[in-house]
Amino acid sequence: METPNPNVKMWQGNVACAEAALAAGCRFFAGYPITPSTEIAEVLSRRLPMVGGNFIQMEDEIAAMGATIGASLGGAKAMTATSGPGFSLKQENIGFAVMAEVPCVIVNVQRGGPSTGLPTHAAQGEVMQSRWGTHGDHPIIVLSPCSVRETYDMTVRAFNLAEKYRTPVILLSDELVGHLTEKVEVPPIEQLGIVNRKKPLVSPDKYLPYELNESDIPAMANFGDGYRYHVTGLAHDETGFPTNNPEKIQVQLERLNRKIDRYRDDIVEIETHYTEDADILVISFGSTARSARRAVINAREKGIKAGLLRLKTIWPFPDREIEEISAPVRKIIVAEMNLGQIAHEVEWATRRSKPVVRVNKINGEPITPNEIFNAIIAQD
Amino acid sequence: MDYLQYLRLDKMPHIWCDGCGHGIILKSILRSIDKLGWDKNDIAMVSGIGCSSRTPGYVDFNTLHTTHGRALAFATGLKIANPRLHVIVVSGDGDATAIGGNHFIHAARRNIDVTMIIYNNYIYGMTGGQVSPTTPSRKKASTAPYGNPDEPFDISRLAQAAGAAYVARSTVYHVGRTDKYIEQALTKTGFSVVEVLTPCPTSYGRRNKEGTAVDMMMAQKANSVGLERAKNMSEEELEGKIITGVFVDKDQKSYLTRYNEVVEQARNAK
Amino acid sequence: MKNISEITINEQWCKSCEICVSFCPKKVYEMGRFYPIAARPEDCIACKLCEKLCPDFAIIVTAPEKPDLNKK
Repeated sequence: METPNPNVKMWQGNVACAEAALAAGCRFFAGYPITPSTEIAEVLSRRLPMVGGNFIQMEDEIAAMGATIGASLGGAKAMTATSGPGFSLKQENIGFAVMAEVPCVIVNVQRGGPSTGLPTHAAQGEVMQSRWGTHGDHPIIVLSPCSVRETYDMTVRAFNLAEKYRTPVILLSDELVGHLTEKVEVPPIEQLGIVNRKKPLVSPDKYLPYELNESDIPAMANFGDGYRYHVTGLAHDETGFPTNNPEKIQVQLERLNRKIDRYRDDIVEIETHYTEDADILVISFGSTARSARRAVINAREKGIKAGLLRLKTIWPFPDREIEEISAPVRKIIVAEMNLGQIAHEVEWATRRSKPVVRVNKINGEPITPNEIFNAIIAQD
Repeated sequence: MDYLQYLRLDKMPHIWCDGCGHGIILKSILRSIDKLGWDKNDIAMVSGIGCSSRTPGYVDFNTLHTTHGRALAFATGLKIANPRLHVIVVSGDGDATAIGGNHFIHAARRNIDVTMIIYNNYIYGMTGGQVSPTTPSRKKASTAPYGNPDEPFDISRLAQAAGAAYVARSTVYHVGRTDKYIEQALTKTGFSVVEVLTPCPTSYGRRNKEGTAVDMMMAQKANSVGLERAKNMSEEELEGKIITGVFVDKDQKSYLTRYNEVVEQARNAK
Repeated sequence: MKNISEITINEQWCKSCEICVSFCPKKVYEMGRFYPIAARPEDCIACKLCEKLCPDFAIIVTAPEKPDLNKK
């Protein structure tokens, strides 16, 4: 009999997320119970103390986000996880993390909305909220996994990107992926390419926490490192102190946005199947992309030249990739469990140069391969 | 003592109005810290939004000016991630007990190892004098032009009921007592709260015809009653009085102590 | 050797609230046209109440090296 491989696990998506966080070096998690993300908190409440980390269930979602930011400033890699209504509550403090450039990971296991919606059913309605949920012009990184293994990989990547770019990163999962149980071969930790925040190399009297430097990413001192700086959500200059000086505000906010924009090629990831000679391009993401892939394979079997473009990074939006890959195709189909949040961006990315057909569902049921297949046939 | 060593001199003078008592409280905090001889690198001061929440900007510590009402949430994460830091939260009555009321009672329940200094001036000063959860009944505010129809919170009693390890109330007039309470709070293990009543002549005093800062401080002197004496007074006698003193000073396991026990348990269970 | 307190008032920071003038137990201060003046420093007993109560960090009292105990 073969010895079982200890690195092969049967994990739920949410469990993979929790385990990946630990592997990425997360040592602080603050959460609040909400379906369908609760398993992440449950697993980490058991696992974090085992590795000397901290789990805390806060009094509400807002506090969980605040504590996550506070812990990151204290030097810990920190995460929180939630779903729709909780994600809404966290928005103000997510904006604080963006503005103060505090690395952290926010997991949103999407469920049906609006409002309390469908707590136990999947949806993909927070594409736009994850981009623009907090007020003011700001950059954000959003990743969307389609499988349990990818949940693992993307959670690690979310931490790495957060640390590298000094920014909050949102992992936009959904109820189907979160609650799906699959076989996962856990990669060895040395393959994860763990990234840690860049620490200042200058002495405290020369440290500028929001320095305008060549990389656009200022080094980050942790509280207690001897740098004694000021962190605020108010508009601030290089020193971190509030300012009303229009030039200084402009230059800081431009850097804040440029910091993500200029590295979009490093951040944006997509996956393609059969797109080389495709006539009809299906674009999808998250759990829906699994149905889309099956639909494309079925179409190919019928001799229809269909291809799939799966968005792994949702924001920054893969507009250039979409434009390039869709250039030769005749029609685009966007399948998503919302009323066209990605489709709208696709129309923008392709400058409305070709029809974008929408396959949408918002009743809590997944979009089936057949529904997407039928849409492909209808366009053929 | 030399206050200036703790200030970010290029940020002075501070934004607080003439006669605002916030600076008096800040001095009490600095005197207590100086007496304890703490290293500035080991102190983190965290605030939310409002007049009082501008305090961290002026002091040469690790300083964090967060979102409205949420200072305790940020402070909780910060303290847990780096327990070596002395984490001090400064907050106002609106920040601490309206928008931040939930965090306040839970920080007390949890007995998180943080000291909170609440500057209670009965009003939202920063936004121009709106009614707050501690505005006395019938007093006027820009959003209570006919007088406050609500009953106010008693912050110290609230902290006491929620389980804080140390709770005391003083006024800026009683500066010696304030010093003593803040020092006791800073050295207390667990969640400690010092509520200091502070005049807001600009947004509260003027509208309620309570005179200048000096008049308001004289009223603090005249109306304050020590906790012990208050115990023998009737409700009518206590009407309009400020009860000062140490409401709670108890030894109980703090959050960090308890969580360290959890870590031990988890490691043994492995 | 000085035997009276040295009182400095930082007019850049003072906001003229008059707390020092009102609460000094020895009535050392008088209000000037804009700022308080330490009019009678010889009466100062270096209790530093004015310094503690000055909300603007504008007063520094340096006690005499050899306090005159008869003053109290």
